[in-house]
Amino acid sequence: MAGVAPQRSGPAPQELELPGGKSGFRNWLDRQAWRDIIIAVPYIWLILFFVAPFIIIIAMSLAKSVIAQPPFKFDETWPYVTFENFERLFSDYVYLRGYLTSLRNALIATALCLLLGYPMALGIARAKGVWRNILLLLVILPFWTSFLLRVYAWIGMMGSNSWFNRGLTSLINVFLPAASEINSVPMMNSNFAVILVVVYSYLPFMILPLFANLEKLDYTLNEAAMDLGSRPMQVFRDVTLPLSIPGIVAGCLLVFIPATGELVIPSLVGNAGDPMIGRVINDEFSLNRHWPMASTIAVALLMLLVVPIMLYNRMQEKASEGVK
Amino acid sequence: MRQRSTFLFSVLCFGFAFFYIPIISMIIYSFNKSRLATVWGGFSVDWYFKLFQNAQIIKAATLSLEIAVISATFATILGTMAGMALARFSRFRGRTLFSGLVSAPLIMPEVITGVSLLLLFVFMERYFGWPAKRGFTTVTIAHTTFALSYVAVIIQSRLLSMDQSLEEAAMDLGSKPWQVLFDVTLPIIAPAMISGWLLAFTISLDDVVITNFTTGPGATTLPILIWGKVKLGVTPDINALATLIVLVVSIGVGLAGYLMYRAEKKRDRDIQMALAANK
Repeated sequence: MAGVAPQRSGPAPQELELPGGKSGFRNWLDRQAWRDIIIAVPYIWLILFFVAPFIIIIAMSLAKSVIAQPPFKFDETWPYVTFENFERLFSDYVYLRGYLTSLRNALIATALCLLLGYPMALGIARAKGVWRNILLLLVILPFWTSFLLRVYAWIGMMGSNSWFNRGLTSLINVFLPAASEINSVPMMNSNFAVILVVVYSYLPFMILPLFANLEKLDYTLNEAAMDLGSRPMQVFRDVTLPLSIPGIVAGCLLVFIPATGELVIPSLVGNAGDPMIGRVINDEFSLNRHWPMASTIAVALLMLLVVPIMLYNRMQEKASEGVK
Repeated sequence: MRQRSTFLFSVLCFGFAFFYIPIISMIIYSFNKSRLATVWGGFSVDWYFKLFQNAQIIKAATLSLEIAVISATFATILGTMAGMALARFSRFRGRTLFSGLVSAPLIMPEVITGVSLLLLFVFMERYFGWPAKRGFTTVTIAHTTFALSYVAVIIQSRLLSMDQSLEEAAMDLGSKPWQVLFDVTLPIIAPAMISGWLLAFTISLDDVVITNFTTGPGATTLPILIWGKVKLGVTPDINALATLIVLVVSIGVGLAGYLMYRAEKKRDRDIQMALAANK
């Protein structure tokens, strides 16, 4: 990036150049060096450890699997690559079902996060003074404590002997006829458990962007609508809700995208017979040692998520421009 | 109005109960005497003592802390640079790609990042001979890579909300750009760098999926150890370990939050006084 022409158009003072300065290395060192270094170092790091791996995983998805070390091989004749992994991806129902299970679980979890997170974010945004900070800290605190341990906490809650399960069982039995009473609620190792724990783990990711959005809303608009005779529900529907759409979209993307590729939760509380795609990738990679197939599933997952990821990146970009 | 407030209040109560009941339940059961994790057998702190005698856990915790300190430090350096580039240089070649690369790891499913990094390390080992085997180095590189995005976002938003006139004034008074950087910009964003470091540290300490793919034999971090144990079921010693971690993190977050709050208050007061003195 050295030798990029000095930019006179930018508003930032760093980009101003003295007219007719010295030339050569000293000049670069004095004026441009720090700027070039600041851009180049993280850029090169990300190319090496974020872009290069993607190129390799795409290449790997076009390789053949062999029983050897390492367990893959490229064809030795033209065109060197094979699409057999992608063919298998679409012909073997195991993979398609993995994607469908993932999308379904992630969609349900996102919807539940929104249903629970929106009123919570609104409640926190409307809270007064010190309370608002305390409530916000209470949302952030679980996010700082270990993710794995939060999943673990639910394993303890859902087990058939736990106080929670027994309590729930007695509650349900109140409504059931004596003949069909149940011994325990089968919660563990099911997609229900996966969705519950995903909602639990990702709820802060829904609340925080929503709160940031709702907090900035101009409350006088609500008052104006109220003065003009709207009922509270109408004010919410016509004023608050439309204005909070950027927060809703950001929160939903932040929950939906990682939840679709979730590995830890389905591995610990999920149904092994109907696994989410993250678990399928992991099993293919670690148990079957079929690296090309695992790469193919991962590449296809990335293609599935590329639209929401781009959407999220655009929103980030817009948000940072908005601050300027 | 009254009715809706009641509604919001009850949802908040439900939400926070949902957040905290599992954690509280886990903490209570860590004092359970019984070996059966879900049946109450009386109060005891045995599991805590057993924890400190478990060499395997101590070793894994030490390794995790080492990786977290090193990767958080690298991530803070790289992330600060990336955040500055995004906040201060409105145009340079490849800026759009760069900004995408910085924010993508934040939401990229970890499985994809993990598998692709593992493949990269396998290729590097084969064709460059470095890193010779997977373990400490590869995990540290992996953690640095995804944590730098979090630092960059924090630094970027701090710089965007910061008053640029200080930097301009230093430039007008004849400072070279790098002098402005070290004398003006860095001291101002230091609190943001500290929170970035803390976030990178906790994320590294907590990571399971990417570590699982990039680690090798002999380099078992604490989350990987817990992950292996939890797969086999709930045990009281994990309850005790979890309680300790929750306790340490809560104290850490509370203390960091309080110190930053105080520093901010002090800075605001100093600015106010300076303004008042100049009137």
